[in-house]
Amino acid sequence: MMKKYLMLASGLFVLAAAGPFAAGASQQAAPAPQQQNAQNANVPQGNAANGRKLFVSFGCYQCHGYEAQGGSAGPRLAPRPIPYAQLMKYVRHPTNEMPPFTEKVVKDSELTDIYAFLRAQPAAPDVDKIPLLK
Amino acid sequence: MAKNGSVDRRDFLKSAAVTGAALVGGAAGVGAQTAPPAPAAASPASAPVAPRETDPSLEADIVTTDRPGGDFMVDVLKSLNIEYVAANPGSSFRGIHESIINYGGNTAPEFITCCHEESSVAMAHAYSKVEGKPMAVLVHGTVGLQHASMAMYNAYCDRVPIVVMAGNTLDATMRRPGVEWAHSVQDAAAMVRDFTKWDDLPWSLPHFAESTVRAYKIAMTPPMMPVLLVLDGGLQEDPVSEEVKGRLRIPKLTLTSPPQGDAGAVAEAARLLVSAQNPVIIADRLSRTPAGMTHLLELAELLQAPVIDQGGRMNFPTQHALNLSNGGRALLGNADVILGLELTDFWGTVDSFRDSLVRSSRPLTKPGTKLISITATDLFMKSNYQDFQRYPEVDIAMAADAEATLPSLIEAVKRAMTADRKTALEARGKKLAEQHSNALDRSRSDAAVAWDASPVSTARLTAELYNVIRNEDWSLVSASGNTSNWEKRLWKFDKHYQWIGGSGGAGVGYGAPAAVGGALANKKHGRISVAIQGDGDFMYAPGVWWTAAHHKIPLLAVMHNNRAYHQEVMHVQRMGNRHNRGVTRAHIGTTLEDPFINYAQVVKGMGVYSEGPISNPNELGPALKRALDVVKKGEPALVDVVTQPR
Repeated sequence: MMKKYLMLASGLFVLAAAGPFAAGASQQAAPAPQQQNAQNANVPQGNAANGRKLFVSFGCYQCHGYEAQGGSAGPRLAPRPIPYAQLMKYVRHPTNEMPPFTEKVVKDSELTDIYAFLRAQPAAPDVDKIPLLK
Repeated sequence: MAKNGSVDRRDFLKSAAVTGAALVGGAAGVGAQTAPPAPAAASPASAPVAPRETDPSLEADIVTTDRPGGDFMVDVLKSLNIEYVAANPGSSFRGIHESIINYGGNTAPEFITCCHEESSVAMAHAYSKVEGKPMAVLVHGTVGLQHASMAMYNAYCDRVPIVVMAGNTLDATMRRPGVEWAHSVQDAAAMVRDFTKWDDLPWSLPHFAESTVRAYKIAMTPPMMPVLLVLDGGLQEDPVSEEVKGRLRIPKLTLTSPPQGDAGAVAEAARLLVSAQNPVIIADRLSRTPAGMTHLLELAELLQAPVIDQGGRMNFPTQHALNLSNGGRALLGNADVILGLELTDFWGTVDSFRDSLVRSSRPLTKPGTKLISITATDLFMKSNYQDFQRYPEVDIAMAADAEATLPSLIEAVKRAMTADRKTALEARGKKLAEQHSNALDRSRSDAAVAWDASPVSTARLTAELYNVIRNEDWSLVSASGNTSNWEKRLWKFDKHYQWIGGSGGAGVGYGAPAAVGGALANKKHGRISVAIQGDGDFMYAPGVWWTAAHHKIPLLAVMHNNRAYHQEVMHVQRMGNRHNRGVTRAHIGTTLEDPFINYAQVVKGMGVYSEGPISNPNELGPALKRALDVVKKGEPALVDVVTQPR
């Protein structure tokens, strides 16, 4: 039964998450804010509101969550996303479990809007101020 | 003839047939005395003609029996201390059904009314993992077994013992016309023989007793698996004849000692583990009993080695300093010795596999890493269904039960340990404890991301659930919705019954009935059973929630309602992108929307307390507290939460 295969394959999504764009929710090597600003100095301006819509319509949320918080199927992308150039390269030519999004499917300008959405995501609340996480 | 004017149907029919043959023969000019001695010796033309069984003159005054075979069957089940028999009622086992509820007093075994055979088996599956012994299931030999088959496959893959009994009517001349023919089969077990460990078709009550005790013993011998007994309707319903009564006895049950690893292999494994610089212990279906976790703790602490718990059972406390289950890949890359304990997939543990247009794989370990496997699965494997995974190229393979082998491995490690090594291992342990602590901190900070999001994040969902049960004696009996493993990352699991593993075969539909079955086992221990319920899984056979309400089985479930068969959304998305056609239509055939399903209403209609759907995370905690109050009164409750996908 295909469903059984698919469920087994779900384990592979988890196990195989190891690249720069698929490093597991807790293991993303996001650059420090200062370094991030330098790396993103020439990033085109995008529309964050449209990026949020595209993040849903292109199904990014399926693996990364509506807020790009990440999960077992895909790593956290925000807050503090990886550099713009790295994201653009990885989306077109992923090296791990993420499916490729070609220009035919997602335009560069749309990816720019998505990146603007990721950059606009607020920082997580201070964990020490969340009683349930103490 | 039986006493009290009752009669054995077979004996009665046999004598009636002889009488009838004589009558018919006489009418044909052949006297009874001159009739052929046996039908087999007669030519077709001269064979005696049996009367129609429906001839009322032959059945008029013998209509009851007070000692049917089903009563003895119940005696056998009682001797095995079977607590429950789960079943959707079926006429092919009406005899033993009636014996259970009347002769047996409906206690040990108690009849659990189910609305689907898949639910019956999955309930028994989870019950067995909590209680450590089989529960029984009754099904029709045909349509019921067909319904039960996927759940039996799950239990087979999960190495779980269940005693399944299938009703059938073997004697074709005794079948009621119509449905009973459609519900009869020559070889009922054939359909599930590929994924049951043993089956039999008892031909007499003594045969039933011997085969049932044998089936129980086989099911409980590692690797444990479901077994099947086919029960003839006549055997259940007919009176016990005087001749058979004299032969009735229930054999003694002596469970097989679980097989232990070869002493030489154990010693070599210990030598490798003690001398290793970076050993890693990985456990999957290790802990059949609480002793498994106790032994693994001792071994890990002796070696100061990290443990990766793959979650097939509750193997290792989640917040123990040596638990590094979330650091798997880095640990494997540095490992020089890996000990695998009842791993479902050793190859898939030490290799990565990429599901892309060109499928590829690569080792996760460095060259020369020694792999040690202890698994009872090497002792018993079938060929048709491929749950055995890729062939693992290990260096030491012990075909043995890992839990039973650990005590001797621990002793061998103690013998191999030197003072120098002990000092080095202590230093290693400190580093690992730091890694564990860092991982826990990271989990907490990661959980804070999207904390206030709507739909509710899976981190928030699990944290809110834990908040209401953390001071109770709780047991997470099922987690069918994928919550990104947050419960293992945030909750403190340290008791064997707090986690019982998954479905085994990944057959969807296990989650809801497993939750109810696990809760049934926990009921007498007074534990608070909780479940994280996947919405797609729930929809397979939601009637099990009526079973929970009817039998007053306390269970607190939160619906992880991401409104999709989410795994399949991602797979279709993968195909769309791979074929360069985009993902905008990936929802077709994969989502549960238009209309959304109101799960609170669904279970409310079955008499279950419910709340939701809840989309505001701040409403979740109070709703869970109210639901827990209901559960503490001995009833099930469900809180429907609209969630993020994972």
